[in-house]
Formats: sequence, C-alpha cells, structure tokens
Amino acid sequence: MPAKVHCDIVSAERQLFAGLVEMVVAAGSEGDLGILPGHAPLLTALKPGPVRIIKEGGEEEVFYVNGGFLEVQPKVVTILADSAERAHDMDEAAAEEAKQRAKEALEGKSSEMDYSAASAQLAESVAQLRAIQQMKKKFGGSSK
Amino acid sequence: MAGAKEVRTKIASVQSTRKITRAMEMVAASKMRRAQERMSATKPYASRIRNVIAHLANADVEYQHSFLVDREVKKVAYIVVSSDRGLCGGLNVNLFKQMLREARDWSDKGVAVQYCAIGNKAMSFFRSFGGDVVASVNGLGDAPHLSDLIGTIKAMIDSFENGDIDRIYLVYNEFVNTMTQQPFVQQVLPLPAGEVAEFRDEGSEHRWDYIYEPAPRELIEGLLLRFIETQVYQAVVENNACEQAARMVAMKAATDNAGDLIRDLELLYNKARQAAITQEISEIVSGAAAV
Repeated sequence: MPAKVHCDIVSAERQLFAGLVEMVVAAGSEGDLGILPGHAPLLTALKPGPVRIIKEGGEEEVFYVNGGFLEVQPKVVTILADSAERAHDMDEAAAEEAKQRAKEALEGKSSEMDYSAASAQLAESVAQLRAIQQMKKKFGGSSK
Repeated sequence: MAGAKEVRTKIASVQSTRKITRAMEMVAASKMRRAQERMSATKPYASRIRNVIAHLANADVEYQHSFLVDREVKKVAYIVVSSDRGLCGGLNVNLFKQMLREARDWSDKGVAVQYCAIGNKAMSFFRSFGGDVVASVNGLGDAPHLSDLIGTIKAMIDSFENGDIDRIYLVYNEFVNTMTQQPFVQQVLPLPAGEVAEFRDEGSEHRWDYIYEPAPRELIEGLLLRFIETQVYQAVVENNACEQAARMVAMKAATDNAGDLIRDLELLYNKARQAAITQEISEIVSGAAAV
C-alpha cells in the first residue's frame, strides 16, 4: 500500500479539496513539481495551470489554478490557489478603474446615479398612477 | 370620525405593504444562511495563509518588509465596506458614525484622511458628506468575488508603497449573531505589531527549513499581498451576512408594526361602521316618530 499525505487545496472563496493523496503534480514558478509523501519542506509560487492529484486507490483529479502558492510540510501539502486570474498589468488596469469609478461617482456621472434618478422617476409615475386610480374610484360610481 | 371607506383603503394598503415586508424578511433569511456559509468557506484559506506567513517571517527574521514596518503617520486611509442596498436598519449609519469618530481623531492630530468606498451606500454617503475618496467599487451583489476587489485593494496598497498613505484601516460590520452586528475598525497596513509578533511566535514552536523557490523575499511579498486581499474579501463577505441579518430583523419589525397598524385601523373601521348604523337607525326611528 503506497504512502499517503494529507493535501488541502484552498482558494480565498472556498475549499476546493481536502483529503489523503498519493501524489500531487503542480506547475511551480521554477518548473513542474511532483510531490510524493515524505517530500522535504518546500514553499514555492505556482504558475497558472492544472494541479493534478492522485487520490487513494489511484483515482486522479485535476484542478485548474490561476497561480498561487504551494507549501509542503512533513505531514501536509497545502495549495493556496488564487481565485482570480491575474497578471501585473491587469491588476494595474483594475486599480486605475477603481480610482476612476470613485471620481465619476463623486461627480455624479456613474450608472448608479442614473439608476437612482430612474427609480425616483418610477416612484413618481407610480404615485401619479395611484392618484388617478383613486380619483376614478371616487367619482366613478361608488356605493357609499 | 374618518369615513369607513377611507379606512378600508388604508387597511388594504398597509396589508399589501406587510406582504412585501414579509417576503423581504424571508428572502433575507435565506440569503443570510448562504452568506454565512460563504463566510465560513473563506476561513480555511485565511488560516492557512497565516501559517505560511508565520513560517516565512521566522525564516528570514532580518528582512523587514514595508508592510510590517510602522512609520510616522501623516495620512491614513479607511476602506469602508458598506451594503449596496438599503432597508437594513441602522447597519450602514452605525458603521459610518463609528468611522467618522475615528477619522475625526486623526484629523484633530493634523493627519489627512482618505477613503476607499466599497458598496453603493458608502459612495452615496461620501457624495453628500464630502471626503477624499480615492477608490471605489460597488454592485458586488450577494456573492462577491475576490476578482472584483483586486483593483481597489491594489490602488490602496500602491499608495501605501509609494508613501502616499501611511496606514490603512478596514471598516466593516462584524457578524456577532443574527440580532447583533457590530461596527469594527481593523488596521490592515502596516500589519499590527501584535499580529507580527504572533507570526514570529507561531513559527518558533515548530521550525524547519524550507526549500524556497524562488527566494523567501519574493514569496513573502506575494503572500502578504494575498493576505491583505483575503482580509478585505472576508470583510466584504462578513458585511454581506450582516446586511442580510439586519434586513431580516428590520423587515420582521416592519411586518409586526404593519400588523399592529392593521389592528388599530380595523378597530377604527368597525367603530365608524357602527356609528353609521346607529345614526341610520336613530334617523329612521325619529322619522317614524314624527309621522
């Protein structure tokens, strides 16, 4: 019976896998890695790519990770998966966008403003409609 | 006395309001359960990444990353996590109040304060209140994703690294239980000294040498970044659970109030009806007596 090691694959949003495995294969930043039970303690960054685990009994499962970190301790292998695709320039663009949003929202040009304006208009027309209905009820033949 | 007809229409209108608030209460209750699940789903990643950083901090003790070093404070930033929608009681207002108290302490000391708004309510608050908002994100919905937050967090971390901001706080509601949510201000950057000491402690119990690929310094940079992102993400998820809980409680109160109102109105209606009948009878009787 082959040796086993506990493996956790977690992302910030949820736990992807937890259990005993015979082997973990991942794409490290310095090259592909195959980790068997008894591996020396290791900490490495991961490149985006598949992480293959061989579970007890030889069953395989593949997870796709968008990069992250892999930690090997004597009794446990942990993969901290990034939950989002990220590249440096993409992060940069997103940061720029966040600042832009703040500016636009303060100047009152954002879509959210349109939304509140539209909902105010909607409330107004609903009120008008209700007034019309009430008038109809009042003058259009009532029993009392 | 008010006309019976007016009272009847009023009752009908309150009844339909009650129907809506009751539906919102039930929707919020089921959303809250899911939000709580999401909250607990973020826990494993956070605890693991803490462990890894603890090991790393011990592996290279001399290295002081800029995220770990406390410096003189000239400018602070608050990342304010609010809900996107209203009708959740005093949740957001209490949070803003707490934040303003803290911010005032800083400005009294002559420290400039900047804000980062997460959620529509924070944005509209700053629009009316004023304040130097440097980054914002909204419309995260009930199931927020980390990828939606990365840009905002990066903008803040960049200004921290440039030296534009010397300290970053995170403001959100802490989920105590369904009935209680508490405004909570947490220092994010630099990592609080207690937490750093904790890192050093945790690692010292079981030390072993890692093989690092690439060098530890490059790794710790990436890990700290993710650690901070996780903290903000957790705050957003927790605030979301708070929002649903607060809405559930607020809508329950609204439903109960509508019930009371309906009872009062029905009493009023019956009185009016009775008065009308009595008057009619007395008119008939006096009419018959006159004949």
